[in-house]
Amino acid sequence: MPSAACGIDPAKVSFTGWLILPGRGFTPAHGYASLTAGADLRAAAGTVVYLTLIALLGLGAAAAGRDSAAAIGLVLGLLYLFPIAAAVISDATISRHLQQIGPLSAGLDVQATIGVNSLPLTPWQGLGVVALWTAGALLLGAFALKFRDA
Amino acid sequence: MTTGATTTYRSAAADGRESFWHLVRAEWTKFRTVRGWLIAMIVAIAAITAFVFLASDVGSSCSASGGGPGGGSACPGPPDGPGGEPVNDAFYFVHQPLTGNGTITVQVTSLTGQQSVGPNQMAPGLAPWSKAGIIIKANTSQGSAYAAMMVTGSNGVRMQWDYVNDTPGLTGSVSASADGTHWTLVGTAALPGLTSTVQAGLFAAGTGSENPTVATGVFRHIGLSWPATRWTGTNVGGVNGPNDPNGVALPGTLRQSAGTITVTGYGDISPQLSPLGAWSIQRALDGTAIGLIPLIVVGAMFITAEYRRGLIRVSLAASPRRGRLLAAKAVVIGAVSFVTGLIAAALAVTIGTHTLASSNQPLWPVPALTLARMVVGTAALLAVAAVLALAIGTIQRRSATAVATAIVVIFVPYLLAIVPDLQPGPAGLTGGGLALGGRELLLRITPAAGFSVQQAVPRFSQLTGIFYTPNWGYYPLAPWAGFAVECAWAAAALALAFYLLRRRDA
Repeated sequence: MPSAACGIDPAKVSFTGWLILPGRGFTPAHGYASLTAGADLRAAAGTVVYLTLIALLGLGAAAAGRDSAAAIGLVLGLLYLFPIAAAVISDATISRHLQQIGPLSAGLDVQATIGVNSLPLTPWQGLGVVALWTAGALLLGAFALKFRDA
Repeated sequence: MTTGATTTYRSAAADGRESFWHLVRAEWTKFRTVRGWLIAMIVAIAAITAFVFLASDVGSSCSASGGGPGGGSACPGPPDGPGGEPVNDAFYFVHQPLTGNGTITVQVTSLTGQQSVGPNQMAPGLAPWSKAGIIIKANTSQGSAYAAMMVTGSNGVRMQWDYVNDTPGLTGSVSASADGTHWTLVGTAALPGLTSTVQAGLFAAGTGSENPTVATGVFRHIGLSWPATRWTGTNVGGVNGPNDPNGVALPGTLRQSAGTITVTGYGDISPQLSPLGAWSIQRALDGTAIGLIPLIVVGAMFITAEYRRGLIRVSLAASPRRGRLLAAKAVVIGAVSFVTGLIAAALAVTIGTHTLASSNQPLWPVPALTLARMVVGTAALLAVAAVLALAIGTIQRRSATAVATAIVVIFVPYLLAIVPDLQPGPAGLTGGGLALGGRELLLRITPAAGFSVQQAVPRFSQLTGIFYTPNWGYYPLAPWAGFAVECAWAAAALALAFYLLRRRDA
């Protein structure tokens, strides 16, 4: 399963962060809101949703491709293609658009708690982009499963 | 028809089964008969080539550089040095003609300077690379060949020639040369294209062009081996005002009194790179990492697919010496990936040469030998990465885990080091995300160090204001040293794979 690559329990990560981060300068004095404030809850919950959506994206790709290795390569290539392309392009407008449509860069917007206004997308819009990718992959996988010999 | 009585029948096949090259041929047959793997190679070539069109969309920086004397629309490029490289060549030159051979000696009694602290405001202060000294230059036009010996603000005595070369002289102890009797040879420089008459004399220059700096050198005991004529002061590059990077902001000065000459000058003599890094053909190879993914997948599957279907048992029955089987697979996947990478890199560089040349950015010229190293190196780094993926596949025996591991080991370190901001939030020009030290460490110790073979422009110690960071194309290791790190990983993984393949049941 491609989701093995993202197999970190997000709830554990968030809880550990709540314990550790304030001691490392992530405090209101440095512009970070309290770790129990709305933005942080959104970031923590959004990360769980993000990882779930990426796992489902992998499921759809694997169902369409029928081969675990090829599906992993395809999904990881899809995830990493957009950030690399956005970094390579010097035109700021195109670069921003690439960050908006890429599942990895758009989806991680949900984790931002400071500088939200300067993001390419709002946090929930970013998650919506991932959801579109996932829906597309699942549809493709479902069609492949239905109309192809097993 | 036989001509000798001793000729006996020999089966070609019986001998051939034992041959390593027959094993290689068998593995090649396996490779070429899987359609998906051939498609993956084409995808790799297409991905690397397609990135050229993204990377070469560099736009124009003319609108940002302000109106020079030539007007707004024309893009005044920097002057070219003797090697065709963009250079800064604007300084105050106190010179007289020299015909034939000549020697010039001088004592620099002081070097002082002023630095810009605001619009039209200067304060005393010496920049590290402000400089004054002696120079022999082909003529007074910008970009002409030169060799100079100088005292710098805080980098000791240096010898510099033809913009890109810099050799430390007596670092630290400048006064050691003041006795005028003991001389140390710092270096020799051969300047191409000098005519019989050159200009020789004294100079002073600041640092860079963004923040004007001024240097003042005081010279005594000037010794010339030729009949001295009158000193002439020239602002090389002209006085073009503060907004034109190719000239100096204010004119330099020359004062002479009783055996002492004082020279004051703005500008700089140095290579000229974009403050953000080098614009070079290196950008055309930016898609290599994306092309790497299909190669990793095929490299790992080249053996894990055999475990999945049980074919490995047939392969091992046909070739009981298991190490040779692994070696044959490594040769085939390495060679196929090398050829794939070579085609992709050659295509990318060829297309990139045309598309980047039509942009308005000053491009750093890359010598043919360096270009060959970049292209062949890209092919080699992809080949070694595929062999590493094969070794990981042999160790793990499962497609999914092997592909994921290989991507995490080879590709993800590169991604973290190169892409400036994977994490949301503001990123500086040197890159956000991991700290610079951490990103450079990744490019020193992980297989991603192999990407060092792609660096086109060397670092110049005498340049300030350049971001020498991975996201601008500068790697912490020398090209082949970085490639050696990747090879070491592949060798270690192959050794472990060899050991496990021999010990484990298939």
